[in-house]
This record gives sequence, structure tokens and C-alpha cells, in this order.
Amino acid sequence: MARVAITAPSSAKKGEIIEIKTLAAHVMENGFRRTQEGALIPRDIITQFVCTYNGVEIFRAELHPAMAANPLIAFTTVATESGTLEFKWTGDNGYAETQSASLSVS
Amino acid sequence: MLCMSLQAGEIPLGERRSGYEFMGRDTRAMQDDDSTNPALFWLMDGETLWKRKDGVAACSSCHETMKGVAARYPKVAGGRAVNLEQQINACRSERQKAAPLAYESRELLALTAYVARQSRGMPIEAGWNERTEAGRALFTRRQGQLNLACTQCHDDNWGKQLSGTTIPQAHPTGYPIYRLEWQDMGSLQRRLRNCMIGVRAEPYPYGSAELVDLELYLMWRARGMKLETPAVRP
Ligand code: HEC
Ligand code: HEC
Repeated sequence: MARVAITAPSSAKKGEIIEIKTLAAHVMENGFRRTQEGALIPRDIITQFVCTYNGVEIFRAELHPAMAANPLIAFTTVATESGTLEFKWTGDNGYAETQSASLSVS
Repeated sequence: MLCMSLQAGEIPLGERRSGYEFMGRDTRAMQDDDSTNPALFWLMDGETLWKRKDGVAACSSCHETMKGVAARYPKVAGGRAVNLEQQINACRSERQKAAPLAYESRELLALTAYVARQSRGMPIEAGWNERTEAGRALFTRRQGQLNLACTQCHDDNWGKQLSGTTIPQAHPTGYPIYRLEWQDMGSLQRRLRNCMIGVRAEPYPYGSAELVDLELYLMWRARGMKLETPAVRP
């Protein structure tokens, strides 16, 4: 079942500012809630998101327990050269998702 | 047509507004852009389930498009109202010979959202019949320890503030919705049960005739308004 989704342009002009939007399907369980029986529900969150552009890191975010489920991260970058954008989410309990998108720059 | 006269509190057709219009800018922006609406995960899962063979067939083995279907539900057959979730489950058990999906399960929400999304932008079609009448009786009856009827909030006091939220007109135009408070997708029945718990009434169980009758009345009340599934709500 779907876990992450990226929206980014597939082509851009050199020097153009492009917007990238990402969503990750995740409960973001904050670790402070309890079950009806009083047992603590263990923390289960995404802790980090990184985007690289042809191998160079262009965006990084640290995520924390107060963040909503299914976090939406949107950011911009400058289109410099054709290539690949790679996205990586990591988190508790070995959570790891990757996705990539190709961008052609003219 | 049994009774189409305007009740004291009923909202004139031209003054009806979707819950969308009572939301803040950020929440509206989230709904406006499909790529920022977390419901997209349910839509993607719904498409997978639609094409996947379960039991003896896939939904897509028998159906092509579901365009317009959600705008006509619940439908009344044999004196009983059947909502979209129940119709999907009827197809699962009778046609696919597969186990029905639980209310509010990820699978049922995903399939319902996938089917209803295909009617986005289409006007709600709903006629009046005896089940709508029953739904209206529930909508106008006081209930719960607070002794409030749906109509008192949603017909008589919409647009006013209630502990920090604006009371909307209660139109079922966006369901299933992604609700920020739930941090999750949910059905119209989940929303209705929330309002019942809000007036400290015992909510009707999922799938009960009462909840489906209420859905039917809400659709009639919103007849002609456009579907916006999957909507985002605060
Ligand atoms: C005490 C006032 C009150 C009563 C009584 C009440 N509601 Fe609500 N209802 C609300 C509020 C406030 C919201 C919006 C909640 C929010 O956005 O956080 C709401 C939301 C809704 C919505 C969602 C509308 C949308 O745009 O998605 C529906 C549908 C609804 N109510 C139906 C009902 C029904 C049916 C009843 C009777 C069983 C009922 N309500 C009783 C206050 C009330
Ligand atoms: C073996 C064929 C078959 C399969 C498989 C099947 N359906 Fe159906 N479906 C039908 C038939 C026939 C009808 C119309 C008669 C009825 O209402 O049962 C129908 C009706 C419907 C309707 C109502 C359409 C309307 O205009 O009122 C919906 C919604 C629906 N199906 C959804 C689904 C979904 C979702 C699945 C997969 C989970 C599915 N169906 C699987 C045969 C099938």
C-alpha cells in the first residue's frame, strides 16, 4: 500500500525555482498517549527527512513528537541541472522510505 | 413528494454553504491541492483494491466507471436505505464472495473514497421518500444529556462560534473526509456519531438504519450542491 508521495515538476528552466511537495503516510504516535487500560503507547514517529539533488543534500528536516500524522513537507530549490531528486524518510522502529523523481533542466 | 414545505429552521436553498467555506485558509489550501491532501493515500490504496482480485473477482472485473454513483447515495430499495459503504460491502459478499470490510477500516474508507472521488464536482441528486422523512425526524429530535437537536445547531445557529469552532451547516458533501482532528480519514457516520457524543447522547451503531436515514436526509438537504470528496475538515 502507498507509503509516500512526491509532487515535483518533471522539467524546468535553468535557474527556475521549483516547488517540491512530499507526503508520508505515518501515524506519528507521539509517545505520550495511553491506552484505555493506562498503558503507554510507545513513540513511533518519523525523525528525519532528507532530499538530495544529484547526490548533494539540498533539504533536511528533523521531525518531533508534536507533529501531525501523515506529515506534509514542502520546500523549494533552484533547478540547476538535469538529474535525480532523492527523498529519504527515517524514523523509529526501523522506519525507512525512499523515493526518487527525475528532473530535466533546459 | 410527501412534504417539501419549508420548516421553521430550514436553510433556504440559496443560503446553503459547504463546510469548506467555514474553514481557515490553510485547511482550504490543503483540500484545494490534491498533492497536499493526505487523503491521497486512501485514494491510491482504493485504486489498488479496486483492481485486486478478492474472492472470485475484482471490482474492476464487473465495473468500469463509478462516475456519478456517490452523488445518488444512499439509495432506497425495498423500504430500506443503503449507503455507499453498505453497497460496496454487498458487492464484496454477494458478488466477490469475499468477507465484508469493517466500518472505518482502512480498506473500506479507501474503496469508498476511490468510488466517491469519481463524482467530485457533480451535484447531489436526492428525492424525498419515507426514509428521508425518518431522517428528518431524527435531525429535528432533541437528544442526549444536553437535550439538543441537530437542527438547533446546524439550521438555527450555523456560522456562530462553539468553543472555538464555527458551527457549519452540516452538509455531507465531502465524505469520506480527512479530518485534522482525527489525523485520519473517516466516514460520514463517524462524523455523525461525533456530534451525538458531543450532545452526550448514545450514538447509533455504525451501519444502523438510523444513521443511514440521517445520511439520506442530509443528502436531500444538500441536493444540488457539489460533491468535494475527499474533503479536508478541521
Ligand atoms: C451543539 C451543536 C451541534 C449539534 C447539536 C450537532 N452538531 Fe454537527 N457539528 C457541530 C460542529 C461545531 C461541527 C464542526 C466541528 C469542527 O469542525 O470541528 C459539526 C459538524 C457536523 C458535520 C460535518 C459537516 C462538514 O462540513 O463536513 C455534520 C455532517 C454534522 N455536524 C451533522 C450533525 C448531525 C446529524 C447532528 C445531530 C445528530 C449534529 N450534527 C448535531 C455542532 C453540532
Ligand atoms: C461479479 C460482479 C461484481 C463485482 C466483482 C463487484 N460488483 Fe459492484 N455491482 C455489481 C452489480 C451487478 C451491481 C448492480 C446491482 C446491485 O446493486 O447489486 C453492482 C453495483 C455496485 C454499486 C452501485 C452502483 C449504482 O449505480 O448504484 C457500487 C458502488 C459497486 N457495485 C461497487 C463495487 C465495488 C467497490 C466492488 C469491489 C469491492 C464491486 N462493486 C464488485 C456487480 C459486481
